[in-house]
Amino acid sequence: MVRLSINGVDRELDMDPATPLLWALRDGLRLTGTKYSCGIAQCGACLVLVDGKPVHSCTTPISSVMNRKITTIEGLSADRSHPVQQAWIEQEVPQCGYCHSGQILAAAALLEKHPQPSDTLIDEVMREVLCRCGTYPRIRKAIKRAAELAQSDKEA
Amino acid sequence: MRSCKLTRRDFIKVSTLAGGGLLMGFPFTGLTKAQSDKADTAFQPNAWISIGTDDKVTLQVASAEMGQGILTGIAMILAEELDADWSRVKAEFAPADKAYYNPMFGRQATGGSTAVRAFWNPLRKAGAAAREMLLQAAADRWQVDPSDCRTEKSKVIHDDSGNQLAYGELVRAAATLPVPETVFLKEPDEFVLLGKPLPRLDTPLKVDGSAVFGMDVQLEGLLSASVARSPTIGGKVKSFDAKPVLAMPGVKAVKQISSGVAVIAEHYWAAKQGRDALQIEWDEGLNKGLDSARITAEFAKAIDSDGVVERDAGDIETALQGAAKTLEAVYTVPFQAHACMEPMNATADVRSGSCDLYLPTQNQTRSQAAAIQLTGLPEEKVKVHTTYLGGGFGRRGDDDFVKDAVECSMAVAKPVKVIWSREDDILYDKFRPATYNRLRGGVDADGRIVAWEHRIAGASIMGQKQRGLVPGKSDWSNTEGAKNIPYAIPNLQVRFAMYNPGIPVGFWRSVGSSQNAYITECFFDELASLAGQDPLQARLELMEGHPRHAGVLKLAAEKAGFGKKLTQGHAQGIAVAESFGSFVAQVAEVSIQRGRVRVHRVTCAVDCGMIVNPDTIHAQMESAIAFGLTSTLKSEITIKDGRTVQSNFDDFPLLHIDEMPEVDVHIMQSDEAPGGIGEPGVPPIAPAVANAVFALTGKPIRSIPIRHAG
Repeated sequence: MVRLSINGVDRELDMDPATPLLWALRDGLRLTGTKYSCGIAQCGACLVLVDGKPVHSCTTPISSVMNRKITTIEGLSADRSHPVQQAWIEQEVPQCGYCHSGQILAAAALLEKHPQPSDTLIDEVMREVLCRCGTYPRIRKAIKRAAELAQSDKEA
Repeated sequence: MRSCKLTRRDFIKVSTLAGGGLLMGFPFTGLTKAQSDKADTAFQPNAWISIGTDDKVTLQVASAEMGQGILTGIAMILAEELDADWSRVKAEFAPADKAYYNPMFGRQATGGSTAVRAFWNPLRKAGAAAREMLLQAAADRWQVDPSDCRTEKSKVIHDDSGNQLAYGELVRAAATLPVPETVFLKEPDEFVLLGKPLPRLDTPLKVDGSAVFGMDVQLEGLLSASVARSPTIGGKVKSFDAKPVLAMPGVKAVKQISSGVAVIAEHYWAAKQGRDALQIEWDEGLNKGLDSARITAEFAKAIDSDGVVERDAGDIETALQGAAKTLEAVYTVPFQAHACMEPMNATADVRSGSCDLYLPTQNQTRSQAAAIQLTGLPEEKVKVHTTYLGGGFGRRGDDDFVKDAVECSMAVAKPVKVIWSREDDILYDKFRPATYNRLRGGVDADGRIVAWEHRIAGASIMGQKQRGLVPGKSDWSNTEGAKNIPYAIPNLQVRFAMYNPGIPVGFWRSVGSSQNAYITECFFDELASLAGQDPLQARLELMEGHPRHAGVLKLAAEKAGFGKKLTQGHAQGIAVAESFGSFVAQVAEVSIQRGRVRVHRVTCAVDCGMIVNPDTIHAQMESAIAFGLTSTLKSEITIKDGRTVQSNFDDFPLLHIDEMPEVDVHIMQSDEAPGGIGEPGVPPIAPAVANAVFALTGKPIRSIPIRHAG
């Protein structure tokens, strides 16, 4: 049995400890918001937050994240209220939508560390997450907008 | 409002919907009172619309949502003429049924940027017919003249009396009425939804992980499968040893299927581990030893064959002999993979007497037909449930991934989800065809282009079953974007020679135009340069009779300030293309940094006729530019020893956000019928960028991707 803390809930899994976190989430826990795309940590579709930092779940064995706090897209907020999710809705960012769990978590982690990121920093950090639909211009805008929303949340 | 009689032709179309609809219990012809009283959903006037007594309007969308925004677009068209309250509209993916055939294809499929073009008229009429039945029901109840009533936000209103009835209160009565013979369609100035940047219906589901893609389908007892395929494309299984794999944890079965050997397990990781451990001996087949250099050499030989003349004006040889200056150039384009972010996958649940398919598919009809053939079940027993698609770009119109799932489910008599790894997805894609092009052009003493010959040799999507040189055989998709160039050149010939090297090819976002616009628009700049002409002026001078091409070209040039003084080391390139009923011009501003092309800004003008949702048009132009930049600057598929060389994003790199230019999109106002929007932004980007590089360096770009310049 492998014990994992997912979105604030302790879960037990009867899976090989070498199983990538991605497949433990998707097939073991039916949390399918985390996506498989490349399997080699090249595209970022599978990003989750481990202790607040973005991690490629496709190449992370579950044995390495026991006793760590794992956040998936399902756990970012209960009601799409996270500033990044709100900004994503406002700016109509997704097209096919497949990569956006990874995009949103990467953006959330970026803003946590840098509440007012520069254009260059946004590009540098977000280059880790690929989007074949080319939603990049809107991702840039939405991150700026999320920064504003987070700021006004704090002030409120 | 414009009165629009449901003519015999419309009636056939509509009754085709109804015919399918009847099968599904969606009578178009009205219900008897007794039937209506019994019905749960009180009003289903046709296969597209159902309205509940609670006022909820549910619309069936026959097209696949792969990012292009069609779920919202189709719903807007229906809701507009129905006068539905948009805030209470729900859109669902329709099941596979003849009722939902795309009128441009004669099957239920999404591609060729056809959805709005094909469904615009039938769905407006369907919405209008339902609206008029509701209006009639209200007028009957109030005993007033229906022409004194109007509809708005799912209500019928009688202004004189101040009476109002919600659609939900009218549905039972409306369902008993006959379908009107004449419907009234709105004039564009009466639209309340169409033309507005309404938010997409699927956006909320795509920010919290709840949108269900094919990959995310869950069923009770669902198994996962991974299929080992021949390393050499087209090879076959000779033998394999299932035993050690069957002993691995979680592995349930190892079965040979048409495409290779499937390892079926409790979950995907176990299936993948099993598949990687599997020892298989392969018969490499016909492609053994095939490589890209040999394919190019065969194309170069084929280009001298007669091929098929696809467009012919004047006398090309005489014109070239008489020209003041001539130019000959060879342009090549490689195979390209689709690389949808969601790798191919499918789920099938084949039981005795039924087959349920859960598919991220662009082609429900083809998927259903494949399952019918494999299972021997009758059509009504094979159900297609369409999920969201994590990208499509033409790839998901194929049925190879569907067959995998059906065969696996049949082999174990359980529901099975087949997941292609990223490597499977790229190695065994149906690539955008590679082609080899030889062009000859001539300009006269006044600098006018008087001769244009374009010979194309390449792999054919439609004719690929025949291997090697296929004399005298045409394929429209190889010459689209080449035979329809808008320039009035008196001596013009376009010729295609089919040579199929044995590498499977398929439709790739904007198909032939994706490569032919690059080739023709770049060769045009070469000739303009030869004649000492400005690329924009040279185009406009030859565009008589093509006002929509000229319109977008002028708009893009104006908005980009084409020809203005730029930052040192920057240059602009311009290109225009018509595809799928829409016209797009783009101006790219580029520089070269350490040998690499950097695209700073793209200005895009689009004329796609009447506008359904302007925000979707903006999004699709941005999308097409990003998609096209990947193949212009970064990606290609090559073949070595019969195998695909590239297999993942490390060697088939996609555009990253830090390589994305600023994009300005400008939409032409137009009363023309709607054109396509998912693809037409792709063709102009490669030539706009390549022409900018040519302007900067003086060296023409005759093959893409442009990995090194300067």
